[in-house]
Amino acid sequence: MGKGRGESLLVETGYSMQFSQILQYLLSGLSIGAIYALIGVGFSIIYNATGIINFAQGEFVMLGGMLTLFFLEMLKFPLWLAIPCAIAASTAAGILFERLAIRPLRRPTPINLVILTIGGSILIRGLAMLVWGKDTHAIPSFSGDEPISIGGATILPQHLWILGVTLLMVSVNKFYFNRTISGKAMRACAYNRRAASLVGIDVRRMVMLSFAISSAMGAVAGIIVAPLTMVAYDVGGMLGLKGFCAAIVGGMSSGIPTVMGGLILGVLESMGAGLISSGYKDAIAFIVLLLLLFLRPQGLFGKPESERV
Amino acid sequence: MLEVSGVSQLFGGVIALDRVSFTIAKGDITGVIGPNGAGKTTLFNIITGIYTRTAGKVVLEGTDVSGLPPERLARLGLVRTFQNIELFGGMTVHENVMVGMHTKSSSGLLACALKMPWSVAEERRIRDNSLKWLDFTGISDLAETTAANLPFGQGRLLEIARALAVEPRVILMDEPAAGLNNQETLALSRLIERIRATGITVVLVEHDMELVMEICDRIVVLNLGKKLAEGTPRETQDNPEVIAAYLGEDE
Amino acid sequence: MKRELLKFLAFALFVCLVPLACRGGYLINVLLFVGINTMLAIALNLLLGYAGQISLGHAGFFGLGAYLSGILTVTYGWNPWLAMPAAAALVGCLAGLLGFPILKLRGHYLAMATLGMGIIIYIVFNETIELTGGPSGLSGIANLSIGSLTFDSDCKNYYLVWFFALVTVLFSLNVANSRIGRALKAINDSEVAARVVGVNARLLKVQIFALSAIICSLAGSLYAHCMTFISPASFGFNFSVELLTMVVIGGLGSVYGPFLGAALLTLLPEILRGANDYDIVIYGALLVLMVMFMPGGLVRGFPELRRRLAKRKGGVEHA
Repeated sequence: MGKGRGESLLVETGYSMQFSQILQYLLSGLSIGAIYALIGVGFSIIYNATGIINFAQGEFVMLGGMLTLFFLEMLKFPLWLAIPCAIAASTAAGILFERLAIRPLRRPTPINLVILTIGGSILIRGLAMLVWGKDTHAIPSFSGDEPISIGGATILPQHLWILGVTLLMVSVNKFYFNRTISGKAMRACAYNRRAASLVGIDVRRMVMLSFAISSAMGAVAGIIVAPLTMVAYDVGGMLGLKGFCAAIVGGMSSGIPTVMGGLILGVLESMGAGLISSGYKDAIAFIVLLLLLFLRPQGLFGKPESERV
Repeated sequence: MLEVSGVSQLFGGVIALDRVSFTIAKGDITGVIGPNGAGKTTLFNIITGIYTRTAGKVVLEGTDVSGLPPERLARLGLVRTFQNIELFGGMTVHENVMVGMHTKSSSGLLACALKMPWSVAEERRIRDNSLKWLDFTGISDLAETTAANLPFGQGRLLEIARALAVEPRVILMDEPAAGLNNQETLALSRLIERIRATGITVVLVEHDMELVMEICDRIVVLNLGKKLAEGTPRETQDNPEVIAAYLGEDE
Repeated sequence: MKRELLKFLAFALFVCLVPLACRGGYLINVLLFVGINTMLAIALNLLLGYAGQISLGHAGFFGLGAYLSGILTVTYGWNPWLAMPAAAALVGCLAGLLGFPILKLRGHYLAMATLGMGIIIYIVFNETIELTGGPSGLSGIANLSIGSLTFDSDCKNYYLVWFFALVTVLFSLNVANSRIGRALKAINDSEVAARVVGVNARLLKVQIFALSAIICSLAGSLYAHCMTFISPASFGFNFSVELLTMVVIGGLGSVYGPFLGAALLTLLPEILRGANDYDIVIYGALLVLMVMFMPGGLVRGFPELRRRLAKRKGGVEHA
């Protein structure tokens, strides 16, 4: 996370150190939280359009990172070209996954879909391992590694990239869903698929589009986080699950609530790791997940819905 | 026998039921009718514990049963069938009815897993006694058919057989004649009368007016979530308000 | 009923005779794992195949059984035969308590909650180092013994494990053909209809969840006492998925399906030895292909496939 580099600069004592340390945790929490948010929004988009929880979502995050590396190292592309190529390739993979596995499924019960997407996730991960091996790779930061000091805490330029890109993605997303025909059509599918198809919306195209958008978002998340965390064939699993936790906190919304969910999780994790114990860091998101599912399945911000059978 | 008093239901801001009250006498066949959207199915879902009501009370033979879950109501002798029949599609017809005897048997998970002698005896009793209900509804020859493969009409009979296996005091049927042809409807009305003859109280929501007028002892008319009228088939037929409510409807 | 019993006896005989056919020590070790995995797959199948409730956290219960047995015998010096039921009882209670809120959830949400539960248990194994030894594992767990007979070789352990596995098979056979088994299938087919005829779906789901966890715990204890060494790596999310794969490949809701799945998936890596890195790809591909083309699993899949092929052939001839 580059957190070590920041912490070593903290030499002040007493209250101000407490404060700057907490600020440090907050900032690194927000940037990892932004990643969870992007993945979570991807989850929600597919869920809303199709009712499927895509357990393979995390693999597109991995593909984003690995493909960027592939274009950089193997094809010697410059970074500005490698990134869009990686996003395009991951999106294509997402579309392919929908066409080859999800669409032909004859009995799309929830359990079959869970098993299918888990199988898909393992398959993609396995193929990535066969192609690129098991090594962990580094990707250069977008604009250097010169630390920036803010109120006693230190962050890297890449952190700013993460927050900026997330903000951009979320705004584009909001614009798409609220202002464009295709975005509105997708929202219509989320409300009522049958009604949507009756008014002439091509539901199958919308389903494919939802997979395309969410795999693209996953890839973007994977690319912007890669310079901080490194990439390997197996980074997708945990990141994907954390993204799902964010989506649950946000009540499976594809907008601001899920983004908030991601940020909250990121900050909780970073604070928990810093102040309690770093070993249990990964458990925090899942404890939050279980508590929410038990107590507020409609998400942290949603209103309870009266259930109609 | 079954007393509904002041039952109301809100969905979001929409009033689906507004202080509906009526009483059903033991051994009667009672029809609940009304135009589409009158709240009949909602009322059924509340009485049978599938929805939790917003307000009001349901009393079964002196016991307040409002808000009890369906499995508790089944033990108290109240059971229902569904408009779009709900069968256990993966099981045979016979097994479907055997599930109906769940409340009349008691072997627990461990007793079954260990095949204790009493659970073996009970299993035999369930197997034999359930045949009676297949006979009663006239589907014995289909006993080994997989339920999902049944034609609609026979699926409906199976659902009734399964409900009867609970040995209920009251059976609520949600549009039992929906999707049946004339001949099947006729057989159904005979079956309902035979059910009543065994001492079971029958309540039905039904669109088929001919059937309702023919077999019901009493009728409750709902419109727009409110009780519009109550009485014998004759009385309700002549009630000007009821006629007004049905005008504009196709039926 | 008679036929079921004969089938079971034939199966038991087969299990007893297999070791005689393979004199090599290594294969018997693999077959011992088939036994443990059969227990686990049957446990998951009771929950998923009958009641229709998915769990992606069963590796956690397996691990809890193993660690509780390990810790009770190594650290506290308990008799292994005492540690095993104690572990099972504890795991059963835990599953019963967790079951109420977890099984309120459905479909994808249930999958995610059980997954979260499994991962939290896995993290606890790694982090409570003074208790579990952390990532480096717990060693020196005693073998089980009866009188002077100590189960310290693969061959002896094979019979020990398969004794328990066969009891589990019998158990699940009995449950499947009982009122409880029917009620579980009813919940799977239509929960609302099951409740309306008096099946207490909530309670029954929790009961079967707890029973399933108890069987996993027993399998875990056996694993610990046979291996004498355990580490968290054996009880992670991947293993939960492997269990799921076994049940799906074998056939949901059938009694011998889980055995087929367990045998296939345990033997597969041995057959594919050398192609070691490919096994993860093959797992994934198997899961995807099975769900797409043989959703009933091997047990039902082959007859169904044959029927479909025959139909296609017939169609061509007609045309």
